Amino acid sequence: MGKTLFEKIWEKHLVKSIPDGPDVIYIDKHFIHEVTSPQAFSGIEKRGQEIFRPLKTVATADHNVPTINQHLPIVEELSRLQVQKLVDNCKKHQIELYGLGHPFQGIVHVIGPELGITQPGMTIVCGDSHTSTHGAFGSIAFGIGTSEVEMVFASQCILQNKPKVMRINVEGELNKGVVSKDIILYIISKISASGATGYFVEYAGSAIRALSMEARMTICNMSIEMGARGGMIAPDETTLQYIKNRLFAPKDDAWDEKVEEWKKLYSDEDAVFDKEININAADIEPMITYGTNPGLGITINANVPTVESISDEGERKNLIKALEYMGLTAGQSLKGMPVQNVFIGSCTNSRIEDLRLVASVIKGRKKNENVNVLIVPGSQQVAAQLSAEGLDVIFTDAGFKIRQAGCSACLGMNEDKVPAGEYCISTSNRNFEGRQGAGSRTLLASPLTAAAAAITGVVTDVRELLN
Amino acid sequence: MEENIDTDQIIPARFLKSTSRDGFGKNLFRDWRYFNNNEAQPKTDFILNKPEYKGSILVAGKNFGCGSSREHAAWSLLDYGFNVVVSSFFADIFKNNALNNGVLPVQVSDEFLQKIFALENGSTLSVDLENQTISIDSTGEQQKFEINNYKKTCLMNGYDDIDYLLSIKQDIINFEKTLA
Repeated sequence: MGKTLFEKIWEKHLVKSIPDGPDVIYIDKHFIHEVTSPQAFSGIEKRGQEIFRPLKTVATADHNVPTINQHLPIVEELSRLQVQKLVDNCKKHQIELYGLGHPFQGIVHVIGPELGITQPGMTIVCGDSHTSTHGAFGSIAFGIGTSEVEMVFASQCILQNKPKVMRINVEGELNKGVVSKDIILYIISKISASGATGYFVEYAGSAIRALSMEARMTICNMSIEMGARGGMIAPDETTLQYIKNRLFAPKDDAWDEKVEEWKKLYSDEDAVFDKEININAADIEPMITYGTNPGLGITINANVPTVESISDEGERKNLIKALEYMGLTAGQSLKGMPVQNVFIGSCTNSRIEDLRLVASVIKGRKKNENVNVLIVPGSQQVAAQLSAEGLDVIFTDAGFKIRQAGCSACLGMNEDKVPAGEYCISTSNRNFEGRQGAGSRTLLASPLTAAAAAITGVVTDVRELLN
Repeated sequence: MEENIDTDQIIPARFLKSTSRDGFGKNLFRDWRYFNNNEAQPKTDFILNKPEYKGSILVAGKNFGCGSSREHAAWSLLDYGFNVVVSSFFADIFKNNALNNGVLPVQVSDEFLQKIFALENGSTLSVDLENQTISIDSTGEQQKFEINNYKKTCLMNGYDDIDYLLSIKQDIINFEKTLA
């Protein structure tokens, strides 16, 4: 029987299988950041151990950093201490740090791929649930807790039970105004926030093949939001074109050798998945979430579900609670509802293509005066590219300010918080209660939908602006 | 009885700035326990603020711990005093984080969970890790729960995953040679 791509990579990295226990999996690349690493570093030191493979570790500061005045000392004391701790730890243990002030600094899941560090066939972990992003390159990438960060520090391995595998096929062509963020929000709305728990997902199908690498990253990024361990897309010519000539990509003969290896990275024709789901791309429209988990989403012109339309008692209760928190009514439409904030950023949608999408909507128009807009490029390099393409002028002409790279308002660890009771249309990945600030109300959407709201000040079907 | 309790509720992001593992207990479910993040303004309706409910076992509706990979969620439960969490379904990453930190996730059937929720105040539960059972003390009703044998051995003996990995370092070094 044939093997899935997931199995092929898993087996290649299997050091040992513990009888009636987890597998010991070797990790090719370990990304770390300031929030989930400090206790792992002190744990290692308490054990009197060294970092086993510092060269396979890459660090950045992203969650806690301010997005303005990054050249000045961080004002908030705890944030400053945490970021400084990472600097001290990396220096002590000789780990490459792309920290504040470094030209490669940015959101960890943006910089890995753009530097050519993320490559097909790798096992990649990080103390962050959106590590699944790197799966877009045909790698096994997933989020881990701080104890597991310490495990990788100590041994470059992790203990993991092998998950089941699910394949989600998306066939056909996307409609106008629909982008990869809408694909993943649509999928999660169909299978729920726990629908893929226990599975590792592979995305396949003609609609997936047609996507660029950045668009694929958006999809893999949100795999965790349906409970999946991770998500991956088999590499192809698009993948190779993206990686070639990036800073840390293999070059010359080494490149040719790697390409030969990577060509073998696909699920066999007769591979069997534990579950398979088929999606028709033509069914997908611009999406927006209305509730307090990413699965509670609807198409932009639809109405919020009524309580009666839901059969499961627990889900009814969830809906009622979510609507109360969000200040919405069952059965209402969202279109035309005023929003006070728009956030364009996060590891889901802050790359250059996302910003080009935003520019395509706002060009020649002005920011609505009743909306506070935060535009946060995913990395220093993305910001530089913004300027090189002249997109920064488009943004400033329209009355928008561009911030500096970081996770920012996705989770509001720094000062970029959404005030209580206010709505924010956000290109990020989570809409849990208080995610963007205590009492904040998040509506997840694509960069196109977010840009449209920044112009009109209300929830808008971007296709009406794109004519 | 709430379902889908996510990690942003268990431990809000603003508390992740600590650089140590200690002291997370006071921020457990912070925004559900207090108004305005103020300990002088408890939300008296919230179960952890009701004096008649105490103990080391937390019982929660399905999909407990969904969301982020923050292990701080497990640390805050442990620091608060919970050794066991009971639910009908656990999010993956949270389950791993709990097992790695001395918090035992016990998964029971939906039916059994509802029976627990229906118990009177002052009722107690017993959890036997060796025999993998959870019992309602007043009725003697019992259910078996699953736990990975390796994790069970670690929990019962106080071993740590890292102790294990360090013990097989040579195997790892040999493995690396096969990758080159």
